[in-house]
Amino acid sequence: MQLELKDVSFTYNPGMIYEVKALDHVNLAIEKGQFIGVIGHTGSGKSTLIQHFNALMKPTEGQILYEGEDIWGDKYDQKTLRTQVGLVFQYPEHQLFETDVITDVMFGPKNQGLSLEEAKVRALRALVQVGLPEQYYNSSPFELSGGQKRRVAIAGVLAMDPQVLILDEPTAGLDPAGRDEILDQISFLHKERGITIILVSHSMEDVARYADRLIVVNDGKIPFDGTPKEVFSHYKELEAMGLAAPQVTYCMHGLQERGFDVDVTADTVEEARDSILKAFGRSVPAPEKEDNRPAGRREKSGRKGRR
Amino acid sequence: MGIVRAEGLKHEYTKYREDESEVKVHALNGVDLDVKEGEFIAILGHNGSGKSTLAKHINALLIPTEGTIWIDEIDTKGEEDLWKVRQRAGMVFQNPDNQIIGTVVDEDVAFGPENLGVPTEKIVKRVEEALTKVGMLKHRDKSPNRLSGGQKQRVAIAGVVAMRPRCIVLDEPTAMLDPTGRKDVLRTVHELNKKEGVTVILITHYMEEVVDADKVFVMDKGRIVMEGTPREVFSRVEEVKGYRMDVPQVTELAWELRKAGLDLPAGILKPEELVDALAALKQ
Repeated sequence: MQLELKDVSFTYNPGMIYEVKALDHVNLAIEKGQFIGVIGHTGSGKSTLIQHFNALMKPTEGQILYEGEDIWGDKYDQKTLRTQVGLVFQYPEHQLFETDVITDVMFGPKNQGLSLEEAKVRALRALVQVGLPEQYYNSSPFELSGGQKRRVAIAGVLAMDPQVLILDEPTAGLDPAGRDEILDQISFLHKERGITIILVSHSMEDVARYADRLIVVNDGKIPFDGTPKEVFSHYKELEAMGLAAPQVTYCMHGLQERGFDVDVTADTVEEARDSILKAFGRSVPAPEKEDNRPAGRREKSGRKGRR
Repeated sequence: MGIVRAEGLKHEYTKYREDESEVKVHALNGVDLDVKEGEFIAILGHNGSGKSTLAKHINALLIPTEGTIWIDEIDTKGEEDLWKVRQRAGMVFQNPDNQIIGTVVDEDVAFGPENLGVPTEKIVKRVEEALTKVGMLKHRDKSPNRLSGGQKQRVAIAGVVAMRPRCIVLDEPTAMLDPTGRKDVLRTVHELNKKEGVTVILITHYMEEVVDADKVFVMDKGRIVMEGTPREVFSRVEEVKGYRMDVPQVTELAWELRKAGLDLPAGILKPEELVDALAALKQ
């Protein structure tokens, strides 16, 4: 097991009147190579949870193991852990500070103790991975657009060569095309390099599309943990937790109530379309060939209708 | 004449490159606009399309470099009318934490009317009214940092409402909120529009949030490139996507089904509409 939480609890302001139990006896096991979506309303404890993954927060109770080792053990090297488990915060572009893009991305690997040449090799590779066009490598990060800045910030974490990449709402504030590009890029990294991805998101449509496992956080506990289809079948309970199911899932339930023989677990446009066509006795269109290249290298006009 | 009207609105700024050469950038490049009092308008556009620049012209945070914008028939260029403009058109931004300044909810909402010079006893009444309208009165004695994102945004809206504006501009007010917070903020804004007749101009990247607007504008390269009811705009799926935008997921599903040969109407906007249309088709 790559990452394991054993009976982890975290309390803010213990013993005071403002005492808040942010995590309440959480047990989790994350295998290498999974693409995990984390959902939960504001204040549910999900940010507290992800900050435990790379030892930014110390659990009040319980144990966290990375590759089987206790990360709060006596001689444990947390600095290395933080390069293995990379965390991209919300609005990471606010953390850009260097005079040009390439130097900014080199900051992480230089801190790891790599030579300038090695750091540069890592930075160049990371920038290619996030699909930032080469013409911007020497620009000031502050001259870039919002979506480009965010790519640079993600590259800064990738340059440390993490095995686990945690992203806290990486698409907040981006336009729909920018959102698709970033998520396609993350999905590409996941497939190509086998990095474990942990994606925190408020968009049910996005996690349904990309994640193979969904973790729901509510009141510091994990009430649901399973495939998106399993989790979204509890859509009424999710609503009570301030969450929802993707819009198409509601269509499918509505159709079933009206007597249609459709698959209510469909949670993407393609699945819903195919299930409805089948119910109408129509032939289902052949799936489009999957495009494995990162979005940045596709022709702009080729953006498929999706989600 | 509309509450917000623009003619040939341009906003140009100069960008200085590292080699000290100058580049002129047109954030707005000829916007004509006429918003009637009481309308609910949504503005869509990709990052950098000019929609936030347009929003900042509506309450005179920016002044046009060419063309004119009138708020309730007042030209924003006249410096002496600045506060009249800002009282008529209030603004709510994306990040609630950047616009809440009071240590108690009450106090925060009172900031606007206080600045307008409203007498104290009237401020108390206004604050109460504003908090009631956004459904936050029971939290009036709380510290804003103990509220959720959606609640903070509603307090920010109350702060604007307490100034009794004719028009509220909201620049991606839900970008940082969870689904419930988003729903609450949207409902609040719709209520203000319907019950109080406040004109609303909503900027957003969430397509689902604009389906109940009276009109949708799509911006690109500093211009308005699409305009119409949500149904009119979203029935042109490919054109919308060409501007780096999207359509609601259910609209996309209906569009896919039409392409596959089902005889559905164009521009379906809500799940229940699609269910009804499919049920009608089956009969």
